[in-house]
Amino acid sequence: MTNRRFFAIALLVSLLVAGVASYYASAHPDGLEYVAEQTGFIDSAEDSPTSESPLADYQTSGVDDARISGGVAGVVGVVVMLVLSTGLFWVVRRREPADSDA
Amino acid sequence: MHVPDGFLDAPTSVATGVVAATAVAVSLRGARRELDDRTAPMAGLVATFVFAAQMINFPVGAGTSGHLMGGALAAVLVGPWTAVLCLSVVLTVQALLMADGGITAIGTNITLIGIVTVAVGWGVFVLLRRVLPKTVAMVAPAAAIAAFVSVPAAALVFTGLFAVGGNVPVDLGAVVTAMLGWHTVIGIGEAVVTGMVIASVVSARPDLVHGARPLLAERELLTRKVQVT
Repeated sequence: MTNRRFFAIALLVSLLVAGVASYYASAHPDGLEYVAEQTGFIDSAEDSPTSESPLADYQTSGVDDARISGGVAGVVGVVVMLVLSTGLFWVVRRREPADSDA
Repeated sequence: MHVPDGFLDAPTSVATGVVAATAVAVSLRGARRELDDRTAPMAGLVATFVFAAQMINFPVGAGTSGHLMGGALAAVLVGPWTAVLCLSVVLTVQALLMADGGITAIGTNITLIGIVTVAVGWGVFVLLRRVLPKTVAMVAPAAAIAAFVSVPAAALVFTGLFAVGGNVPVDLGAVVTAMLGWHTVIGIGEAVVTGMVIASVVSARPDLVHGARPLLAERELLTRKVQVT
């Protein structure tokens, strides 16, 4: 499998997971939240200062359809992640000898 | 396991912030050795995939759910230093953009999900690689076991932080029992997802799996020896 093909598949899988499959995720509290509820410290949780973000809680504000709202948030998240992390790793990477000539 | 603001007091949050910042700085140096023209795009995709996979909460019973943490997965795919950076980018984007995990808690979340799961996951993986047969086929099972262990390890460290800096005085025995119990079950999900993803990548492109590289080099040497003799 070529690099290009492998990376394209990985990106497609990420987009599908975040943009489509995420709709079917369990809405139950996660392990930590559940334990916090059971043992009595959940009330100390504060709202995040970013809770008014247009993508807060993986929902797109102003979009009523839950499937689209979550899907858009997931896809935007994936694109932001791809740009930021690939950019970071490209800068951090070890330069090949050929590059140092340029 | 994303910790919201308010669970831990300010001194503890500052301390985990210092731990996280130090780990990121050290990892930026370490990752240079792991990243080249070919593995840098791979690392970007691993971080992106972990972000996507963390959106999928799976039910673990009694009205509780869990999702992949991805520290062991990222460490085996792109190396431990790069994995710390992957998870740090994921957690920062989640906190800033999605309000998932607190802002003063970013250091805590990087410590738990970015450092503990990577360190424990990579440590267990390397240990298993040493004792298991030296074949590429052991990479996915070893990664799955490493992933399984990494989740209760992070839960244990959270409980330790809560014991030191929890804002509410609650019965710590109950917290540690419940945290370990639930996160052992969530660890099974972590193991399944990690094992499946690693197995897929190993079958498609074993050369792109950081943790498989010493085994591939060994296979190459063996093949050469056989050809010579």
